[in-house]
Amino acid sequence: MAGEYMLELRGICKSFPGVKALDNVSLKVRPGTVHALMGENGAGKSTLMKCLFGIYKMDAGEIIYQGQKVTIVNADDALHKGIAMVHQELQPIPERSIAENIFCGRYPMKKVGPFSVVDHKKMYEDADRLLKEVRMPYDPKAKLGTLSISQMQSVEIAKAVSMDAKVVIMDEPTSSLTDNEVEALFRIINDLRDKGVSIIYISHKMDEILRISDDVTIMRDGQYVGTWEAKDLTTDMIIAKMVGRELTNVYPPKDNVPGEVILEVKDLTSILPKSFKNVNLTLRKGEILGLGGLVGAQRTELMEAIFGIRHIASGEIIYKGKPLKIKRPQDAIRNGIGLITEDRRGTGIFGVLSIADNVGIASLDKYVDMGVKLNLKKIEKLVQENVAKLSIKTPSSKTLIQSLSGGNQQKVIISRWLANDPDILIMDEPTRGIDVGAKYEIYQIMIELAKQGKAIVMISSEMAELIGMSDRIVVMCDGRVTGEVAGEEATQENIMHYATQFN
Amino acid sequence: MNKTKDFDIKKFLLDHAIIVILLLMALYVGITKDNFFTWNNFSNVSINTATRFVIALGVSGCLITKGTDLSAGRMVGLGACIAGTLLQKADYSDKFFKGLGDVPVIAGLLAAVIVCAIFGMINGLVISFFQVPPFIATLGMQTVVYGICLVYTGASPLGGFKKSFTNVASGKLFGIIPYFFIIAFVVGICMWFLYNYTRHGKYMYAIGGNESAAEVSGVNVKKAKIIIYTLAGALYALGGFMYAAKAGGATVNAGQGYELEAIAACTIGGVSTNGGVGKVSGILVGVLVFELLKVSMQFLGIDTSFQYIVQGLVIIVAVALDLRKYLAKK
Repeated sequence: MAGEYMLELRGICKSFPGVKALDNVSLKVRPGTVHALMGENGAGKSTLMKCLFGIYKMDAGEIIYQGQKVTIVNADDALHKGIAMVHQELQPIPERSIAENIFCGRYPMKKVGPFSVVDHKKMYEDADRLLKEVRMPYDPKAKLGTLSISQMQSVEIAKAVSMDAKVVIMDEPTSSLTDNEVEALFRIINDLRDKGVSIIYISHKMDEILRISDDVTIMRDGQYVGTWEAKDLTTDMIIAKMVGRELTNVYPPKDNVPGEVILEVKDLTSILPKSFKNVNLTLRKGEILGLGGLVGAQRTELMEAIFGIRHIASGEIIYKGKPLKIKRPQDAIRNGIGLITEDRRGTGIFGVLSIADNVGIASLDKYVDMGVKLNLKKIEKLVQENVAKLSIKTPSSKTLIQSLSGGNQQKVIISRWLANDPDILIMDEPTRGIDVGAKYEIYQIMIELAKQGKAIVMISSEMAELIGMSDRIVVMCDGRVTGEVAGEEATQENIMHYATQFN
Repeated sequence: MNKTKDFDIKKFLLDHAIIVILLLMALYVGITKDNFFTWNNFSNVSINTATRFVIALGVSGCLITKGTDLSAGRMVGLGACIAGTLLQKADYSDKFFKGLGDVPVIAGLLAAVIVCAIFGMINGLVISFFQVPPFIATLGMQTVVYGICLVYTGASPLGGFKKSFTNVASGKLFGIIPYFFIIAFVVGICMWFLYNYTRHGKYMYAIGGNESAAEVSGVNVKKAKIIIYTLAGALYALGGFMYAAKAGGATVNAGQGYELEAIAACTIGGVSTNGGVGKVSGILVGVLVFELLKVSMQFLGIDTSFQYIVQGLVIIVAVALDLRKYLAKK
């Protein structure tokens, strides 16, 4: 064994247009340890792992593996070198057997005459042995799809073991596991550690981190904060190190005044077992309500349920004093609720259509003459007004939206909803992937809307943005509302505290 | 910003490569062969174009919403047979409905349109509510419709059409403008209006552009798709009616393979199989160019078997060139 570390990342830098995602980040993993990698949403953990796996090409820095400088071109290459990843979202082939999933792409072969064929007997035997190693005595011939998520995860780990992996990366491995399953996973992790395997463990759950890990590396805003031994840390110390930064972003002065209650959510529970449950919320006119929490806290799901995209099992929505049943987005829109989704490309823009068509799509009912014909002139006027009002930078209203910058695309989508004159506007990560200048403009628009008496719900994973823009912040964790902060109490530490209230 | 305004001749040629090549081919044939640039040939091509244009307009809605309709050709056949069985001469010896009196031409057309629209609606319902991929749903419907047509006609060829029926194809308004022109023109204008000046049209482009975003924007995606496939069925029936009027007869094999020609014409004319893009004017150009290809090959005396091979290749190349535009962007 050459060197003190199994895997060392040195001075990794990675920039995306307008953003420095990783700035001189290091990570040193000792052999036979569990190394926790922590940080807020967007701190750069995933980016770092993607650089390690060659999914992103890093701008600077080097990877030292087992004392040697290596270049990794893709995940497959990494796997063959002995670095395996157990994904946050598993990508199994559910209709094939466990054994085939483990050996997919590198089946044991044998010769039959002139042909090389898959040696099923050997494959099943090997799979059986591997499954026992990860304490999962399952029939390797069983379909993978019959297993639970945690069992599939174990299969992924078995796959890593079969590759003789020296480093196994686990990205939020317990996010969808029950307590018993977490215990089972920890036993496997301990077994691996005893065999000298290094584990990089990415998670938000403080108690787990403190229990299972040997070392902890903390990242913040794409920068390396430091590495400590887990036994020297406490939950509060980790939180302080994760959020320890000044509010650097500038926010426009807030002069909106919250008024009467417009929306009340009572005991809302999703039809899905692993989603939001028993959520209570109130929203006032003229208010900007922040919705904070970690990725996976089910904030988006909750808002999409209010908008009619997702379904609720129980609970009630009281809107303007009356119960409101929303089954489809059409119901929400008709009642004056708008939703700007988190995934602008996936569920926001119509890339191949013009700005005019993108603005008009949700309010065409208002522009119909004689029951059939659309008044394109009126629509054009509406578009021109919005282009001017929100200062959308575009050559013309006929320009395809896909040729605009992210910030201008977002303004087009805001225009789409303003055209409907909504009473409530839900904005899911409204400034994600948008440059600083456009962010400020979007904040101004939000405050202007609030001053007009519209209620705004803003989901944001940026703490500074939540604190800078919200009149009140409701924090969720694991599908539940775990706290509410406003004014003086709205600090990063408090929000992080509520956001990590896992059961 | 100014850069995009510059006319890029290379890009234009690449984006319209098929049209340019096929027009050059027609030009070549026109110069080397007599009788190509004649009124007779022109009239023949345009009459064919009228029928194909109506059918292609039907398919275009499906393509713009990222779907397809492989039942188009067989529905044309069914439409032709329904019109054919109802619009035979009263004294025709081999009449299909022996006791049937004189049916007005418009009633024959309506019957075909209604029946095919119902099958189109079933396509739309299956695609919307059961989420069956359009490719599979309409491929199944293709066979179903063919079978129904066989059962209905007993596979016997239909002939002896009324003068007033065949007159639709041969007749001319004021002795100058063929009725087929008028039909194609009116249908084209209606579809152009529908695509550009109605909510349905905007919804259609939106669904093709980004179906999830359309749903979030409150578009009733299911309803829009059902309308599109129903309307498509109605247009195929009109196409079948025109086919029968022109041919003066119909068999169960009428319209076979027309769906591919229609899809090819749309794609050549700029309807993207990636969804959200396509114009009525483009479809007209596409149909025209494809008809020119066929007639040019006839003039060149290319064997019918080889004509099939060429047509198939043109379809594949057209789609490949269309998708190339999107591949380049990644």
